[in-house]
Amino acid sequence: MSSLTVTDEQVSATPAKVIQPAWVRVMHWINALAMILMILSGWQIYNASPLFGFSFPRDYTLGGWLGGGLLWHFAAMWLLMINGLAYLVTGFATGRFRKKLLPITPSGVLHDVRAALTFKLGHDDLTVYNYVQRVLYAGIILVGVLIVLSGLGMWKPVQLHWLVTLFGDYPTARYVHFFCMAAICAFLVIHVLLALLVPKSLRAMIIGR
Amino acid sequence: MAKRSFLIPGVDKRLLIKDSIKTMPDVTRRRFIAGGASLGALTLLTGCDVIDSSSAEEMLKTVSKFNDAVQDFIFNPDALAPTFPESAITKPFPFNAYYDLDDAPDVDGNDWKLEVRGLVDNKKSWTLPELYKLPQVTQITRHICVEGWSAIGSWTGTPLRDFLKLVGADTRAKYVWFQCADKDGYNSPLDMRSALHPQTQMTFKYANEILPRAYGFPMKIRVPTKLGFKNPKYVVSMEVTNDYKGGYWEDQGYNSFSGS
Repeated sequence: MSSLTVTDEQVSATPAKVIQPAWVRVMHWINALAMILMILSGWQIYNASPLFGFSFPRDYTLGGWLGGGLLWHFAAMWLLMINGLAYLVTGFATGRFRKKLLPITPSGVLHDVRAALTFKLGHDDLTVYNYVQRVLYAGIILVGVLIVLSGLGMWKPVQLHWLVTLFGDYPTARYVHFFCMAAICAFLVIHVLLALLVPKSLRAMIIGR
Repeated sequence: MAKRSFLIPGVDKRLLIKDSIKTMPDVTRRRFIAGGASLGALTLLTGCDVIDSSSAEEMLKTVSKFNDAVQDFIFNPDALAPTFPESAITKPFPFNAYYDLDDAPDVDGNDWKLEVRGLVDNKKSWTLPELYKLPQVTQITRHICVEGWSAIGSWTGTPLRDFLKLVGADTRAKYVWFQCADKDGYNSPLDMRSALHPQTQMTFKYANEILPRAYGFPMKIRVPTKLGFKNPKYVVSMEVTNDYKGGYWEDQGYNSFSGS
C-alpha cells in the first residue's frame, strides 16, 4: 500500500506521473465488485415478481432463490453504500470531481462523441478526461446516487417514507431502481469496451501509471 | 459423461434412486451455495477455495443478523405507514401464499379459538364472538411483499397493543410469536416494538366484510411496518416470549426483522 501512495518526488528512479491516485483505484474496484454483486442479486429478486414481460436467465443471477438473492443484496448494499459515500466525500473534498469532470459543454460533448465514433479521439494525456468520459462518469455518479436512494426507499418505505415520497410512491421507486440498474448495465458495457480499446487507461486504473 | 451400468444384486434400482435422492441436498440450496462459492473464487481470483460455500453462507447469515439490529435501531415506533383513500384500494386484492387457494386452511369459525400463551396474566382462549366484541378500527395501507410487488387493502380489527394490554402481556418481553392453521405449521415471530406499533392489528374484516378464507379467516395479523410474510393469516395462537422461536420463512433465510 505505502509504495502506491508515495509521491513522485520521493521516487527518483522512475519518475512517472500518477494518473489514478491509490484511493480512486481502490474505491473503483470495490465499487465494481459491489455493483456486480448488487446487479446479479437484484436480478434474482426481480425474477420473483418481474416488472416487465421477461425474466433474467437463472445462470446470471446470484443466490439460487429469492431468499438467497435478498441475503446477497442486503449484504453487498453495505459495501456499495459505504464505499460510494467515501468516494463522493473524497471526490468533492479533494476537488477531483471539479477538476476532472468539469466543465461539460454541449459543443465539447458533440465534438468528442463524433471523434470517438470515427476513432479519432486522442488519448495522449490520460490525466485529462475527454467530454465523452466526463458525461459518462458524471452521469453514472448521479445514477449511483439515485439507485441507492430509490433502493433505501424500497427497503424502508415506512421509516424513510419521505424518501419514497421523493419518487412519488413505492411502485414508482421500484421502476426508478430498475431503470437505474439498466443504465448502470449500459454504462458497464460501454465502459468496459472503451477500457479495452485503450488498454493503457485500464493499466492506469490498476497500477496507477 | 459415459453411462455406466451400476447394479447391486437384490436391490431394486428405483427404490435405490428414490432413497439416494432423499439424501441429496435440495437443488436450490445447492445453487445458493454454488453461487456463493464461484463468486468467492471469482472475486478473490485465487485458484484455491479461500471462500468456500459454507463460509459465504455464514457471512450472509452474520450480515443478516447485523441487518436485524440495524433495522431495530432505526425503527421509529411513532412512524406511521402511509394511509390511502378507498379509491386507491387494489382490486382484486391478490390472494398470496406458497399454495393454491384450494389448499388454504378452511377454518370452522364455530370451533376455532385463539389460544393465548406465554408471558401473559390471562391465558384464557378467545372465541370469535368474544373477539368481534372488541373495539375495532380500519386501516387502508399498502401491503408490500418480499417479492417486490405491493397492493393497497382495507383491514379492520383490534389494535394488537390494546389486546396485549387487555390480557396483561409482559410488554418487556422480546417477541409475540404467532402460530397458524396451515398444515405445514406456518408461524412467525414479531418483535415486541412492532407488535406495539399503533397500526399493528388483529384483523377480522377485509373491506368491511368478515375476513374471507383467501385473506386469512378467521384472523390475520396486519403489520403495515413489515413485509407481507410477517403478516400471518389463519392465526390460531399467540405466545408472548423472550425466546426467538423462528418462523416459516425466517428459517429458510428471509431476514427476520423485515421491517419497512
